[in-house]
This record gives sequence, structure tokens and C-alpha cells, in this order.
Amino acid sequence: MIAFLIKRLMHAILVMFVISVLAFAIQDNLGDPVQQMVGQSVPESEREAIRERLGLNDPFLVQYVRFAKNAVQGDFGYSYFYREPALEVIARHLPATLELVFAATLIIVLFSVPIGVYSAIKPRSPISRLFMGVSIVGISIPVFLTAIVLIQIFAIGVTVTLFPESTGWGAWLNDFFSTEGNMPSFGRGYDLVNVVGHWDTNLATWNGLQHLVLPAVSLASIMLPLFIRLIRAEMMEVMQSEYVKYARAKGISMRRVYFVHALKNTMLPVITVGGVQIGTMVAYTILTETVFQWPGMGLMFLDAINRADIPLIVTYLMIVGVIFVVTNTIVDLIYGLVNPTVKLTGKPA
Amino acid sequence: MSTTNNSSQASASPSRWERLRDSYMWYSFKRDYTAQLCLAVFICMVIAAFASPLLAPTNPYDLSQIDIMSSELPPFWIDGADDRYALGTDAQGRDLWSVVLYGTRVSLLIGFGAVILQALIGVTFGLMAGYLGGRVDTILMRLADIQLSFSTLMVAIVVGALVKATMGSAFYSQYAVMMLILIIGLAEWPQYARTVRASVLAEKNKEYVDAARVMGLRSKRIMFRHVLPNTMSPIFVISTVQIANAIISEAALSFLGLGMPETHPSLGSLIKSGFDYIQSGSWWITLIPGAVLVVLVLSINLLGDWLRDVMNPRLYKG
Repeated sequence: MIAFLIKRLMHAILVMFVISVLAFAIQDNLGDPVQQMVGQSVPESEREAIRERLGLNDPFLVQYVRFAKNAVQGDFGYSYFYREPALEVIARHLPATLELVFAATLIIVLFSVPIGVYSAIKPRSPISRLFMGVSIVGISIPVFLTAIVLIQIFAIGVTVTLFPESTGWGAWLNDFFSTEGNMPSFGRGYDLVNVVGHWDTNLATWNGLQHLVLPAVSLASIMLPLFIRLIRAEMMEVMQSEYVKYARAKGISMRRVYFVHALKNTMLPVITVGGVQIGTMVAYTILTETVFQWPGMGLMFLDAINRADIPLIVTYLMIVGVIFVVTNTIVDLIYGLVNPTVKLTGKPA
Repeated sequence: MSTTNNSSQASASPSRWERLRDSYMWYSFKRDYTAQLCLAVFICMVIAAFASPLLAPTNPYDLSQIDIMSSELPPFWIDGADDRYALGTDAQGRDLWSVVLYGTRVSLLIGFGAVILQALIGVTFGLMAGYLGGRVDTILMRLADIQLSFSTLMVAIVVGALVKATMGSAFYSQYAVMMLILIIGLAEWPQYARTVRASVLAEKNKEYVDAARVMGLRSKRIMFRHVLPNTMSPIFVISTVQIANAIISEAALSFLGLGMPETHPSLGSLIKSGFDYIQSGSWWITLIPGAVLVVLVLSINLLGDWLRDVMNPRLYKG
């Protein structure tokens, strides 16, 4: 166990080192931060003084060592745009993203397990086939397109005039397929409740929840089909195994066989894939937040790119790197704990 | 396995056609209407896209054919449509049908290009890692692990953003197609490398490899001429999925403004430019290219599903 932890720690340090060097290596060429900070009328001598004061004229290695030394102490420098510590800016934007990811994860877990298990138990039923069909369509729709369609249907509204209005059923069908479009599709809303520090939550008020629904559903829409298909495939494989047949032969109730015996082993690969997908979720928050103008880390990162706000870009990459490394380690740990056949020290099996 | 492969290389082409006709693949294709429909749709879209200069009524790259006065016209089934523009026009007054045709061509070009690049890198690295083993294996797979622990889309977004910021938008837009192929190709090679490595590990202890080695063939020849042909079926299966992924990645990058410029749009940048007008009621500018993108990706994904069922390789999970 300890050997495994040390190994993971070395791995994590290596990854963080690579990220920090990469993030830092391009900064020399990455726009001119001084131009972003000052107005047109500031003379060249003044600009040079600012450059000197920020240490932008030092050699690469000096700048990197200074950066690394400070970063280890939690100091990632000042954001050129916000004029405050970059870590502070990230901390202010982090809760919005975390709440979005949390809400999306909740949707995924609540829907993928029952649907996946059902379509594995009854693979030939029409409902399972419908779920499978919908899920492959779901995989094929990019997350930002789902978001746009949701905005069109629930925030702008759709008026259907396809059916003849004069007949009763036509009018009813038109009404049935038309939507009002009063869902909010922009930002986090006005009704945020402060929990602690920078953490204003959307989860406490009706208005906040309404703002959260569309972004969370969009973000969940890309992962949900994946997990449904994964759970179904794994469950069907487990159902063929000897121990499930034995449990059935013993006369244990089917519900117990499904949910106690089979589901446990189904969840093993789901945990591994889930860990990898958390990383993908972070990437998709950039897209989702852009569409919904959700003031989280993803939107902040894109803005930082456009403003050539180097300290903020570098800090974002480092923080995302930490999130990835930590989640991957936790997933490996959980996997080792729930599956005793795995040797954590990583000896070849 | 190896003997059939060697004889297929030696035999003439007509017998290859007969072999295809007798194969299980053709048998299952004849009975799978979804696969037939998807292949038909996909081929139609590819032909339409690459014949776009012939099919499109206007050339969207030619500024003299664009009339800003005819912008945001709706498609034909909505009141206020113009006969000249069947699917309506976008915010710049370009004929949407023409723009979508040209955009599909750009998207397909980048999708195929990126997959070819990632297959070249991934297959070579996967073969080397699996066959040579040892330190090469450790280094290459550690590299793949690190890159995969970040999602491929994340890598593509970050690299795209940094390259664009470094080189300036003007330069980036000019070489956007090459840039996107490079970025998406470099971001996704580990998928191929891991799949190939897994099947190489399964193949390399078989007798035909031993035989080749005893005959004194060089490693390079054994890797590419003997082992590689026997790892083709998983490569085919993931290739379909990877093309779909690459097209979606390209669309995502373009949607974030890190891809094709609006003057030379792909499906993704059409969706992006239309999104600004969705609140004013012009939904068709964004949703028509969106629908085309979904149909394209869906048909590729369904073909990939069918291929996986037919070839049934042991894919590397996780």
C-alpha cells in the first residue's frame, strides 16, 4: 500500500513537473501582457519599467525557478487582468464549475445505473432497444449542440404549426409540441446563497436551481450514454459468469442476484472509466460554460487565453493537472480496495 | 492466420473480391439494414462534400457572391423565404446550403487527416512498445498514460489555445486546417498505441512470430509485415470511432474559436457563428449545420458499432 502511494506520488510529481515546464515554456511568446495592462498612451519607457518590475526580461530558467518556488508555496503570481492573485481568481470561479460538475454527475449516476441494469437484464425488450438507440444518438451529438438545442427548446421556445390548426387534434398536437421557453439560459442567476468564503451556491434557491438545470443536463448528456452502454455491456458479461449462474441455481431471488451479486462486479470497470471521464468532464465544462455564460473556471480560462493573461492560464493548467492527478490516484485506490485481486504495487499480473 | 494473410498478398485481385463476397462480413452486411443505410448516408455525404464546388449554387469563399442585404433569410418552409436560397442564408448573407456543403468538406478533411496522423503515430509507437518491450515500452506507455489521464479534448483545447496565442490569430487562421489535423492527431494517438500494443502482446508469442525470428528476419520487418497485419481488425474498429471523435473535436475547437475561421468555415464554426443569432429567432443558421454534423457522426458511429459486432476484437478496455 505504502509502496503504491509512493509510486503514485512520484508519478504525480513527474506529471506536474511536465505540465509546469510546458505551461511555462510557451509564455515567452504568448502575447504581450504589458499591452493588456496599460492604455495606448503609456510611453515605451514606462512599459519597459513595468516589464522589468514584473521580471519579464529575466532569462527563462530564472523565471521558471522563481515560478516553481512560488508555486510550491501556493503563490502563482498576479493575474494581469484581474490584478489579484491568480489562485484567488481561480478560487472564486471554482465553486461554479464544481457545482455544475456535481449536478451533472448526480444526473449521470441517477439515470445510468437503472437504465444500464435494466437494458442488460432485458436486452430484447423494446424499452431497452429505445434506450440503446437514444444513447448512440446521444454520443453523436456534441455537447455544445445539445446545449444549443436545449436553449432553443426551453429558453427561447418552439412554436409548432406542422399540424392543421383547424382540426381539434391538430391544434392539440401543435400545442403539445410547442414549448414556452421560460427557462433561464444565461449565467447563475441573482439568487445565490453564500455558504462560506467564495462559495456561493446555486443549490439553495429555486431561481438558482432553475439556472443550473440546462447547463447540468447538457454536461450530463455527453457522459450519460457512455455510462449506460458501459454498465449494460459489463452487466451482460457478468450475467454470463459462473457465480451468477450458481446464485440463480441456488434459488436466490432474481432481484438479489441482479443487485447484490452482479451489480457489484459490474461497477468495477465503471469506477475506472468514471475516473478517466472526470477529466473529460473538466474539458467539457469549457464548452458548456461558454454556451451558457456560466461564470466558472472554463469560461475564465477561455477569457484568459483571449487576454493573454499568462499567470491565470498557467495556474488553471496547474490546478486542472492537480485535479486529474488526484482523481486518478483516488480511483486507483478505490479500485484496489474494492477489488482485492489487484496488486497495488503494480507487479505485472 | 498468418498463412491466409500471406496468400492474400500473393493472390490476384479478382479472388480478393470473391473472398469478400463469401466472407462473414458481407453476409452480415447484407442482413443489417441499419449498416446499409448508414454506409449509404455516409458515402452520399462524402461525395456531396467533395463535389461541393459542383453542387453548391454559390461559392461561399468568394466575397463578390455574398450579399449582406440577403442575410438571415429563413429556409424554404418558413414564410419570408427567398427562392434563391433553399436552406436560407446565414448572418453574412451566404447561401446556407453552399456553406454547409463546403463546411462538411472541411470537417471531413480534418477528420480523416487527423485520424491518419494519429494512426501513423499510434500504430508505430504501439508496435514498438508491444514488440520491443522493456524500456521503450515503459517510456511510451507512460507517455500515453499521462496524456490519456488528461482527456484528449482537454489536450486539444489547451494546445490549440496556446498555439493560437503564440502564433497570432491571423497566422493560425491561415493554416487552420493543418493546425487542427496536427493538434487532434497529436492529442489522440494514445488510443491507437494502447489498442495496438494490447493485440501485439497477444500475437508476439505465437509460433509464426517465432518462426520469422528463427528465419533471421529483422525486428522491423517482423513488426510491420508479420505482426501488424494480424492487429488490423481492432485498428479498423477504433478507426471508425476515431473519425467520429476527430470530427466532433474539430467542431468543439471551432466552436470555441480555436478552429476554422468564419471566412473558411467548418461545420463547427458555422454552428458557432449561428449561435450568436439564435436569440433573435434565426435558429436555422446554427441548427442546420448542427443537424448535418449529427447525421454525419451518427452514421459513422453506427457503422463502427456494426463493425465491432462483426469483427469482435478484444478491445483494450479503459
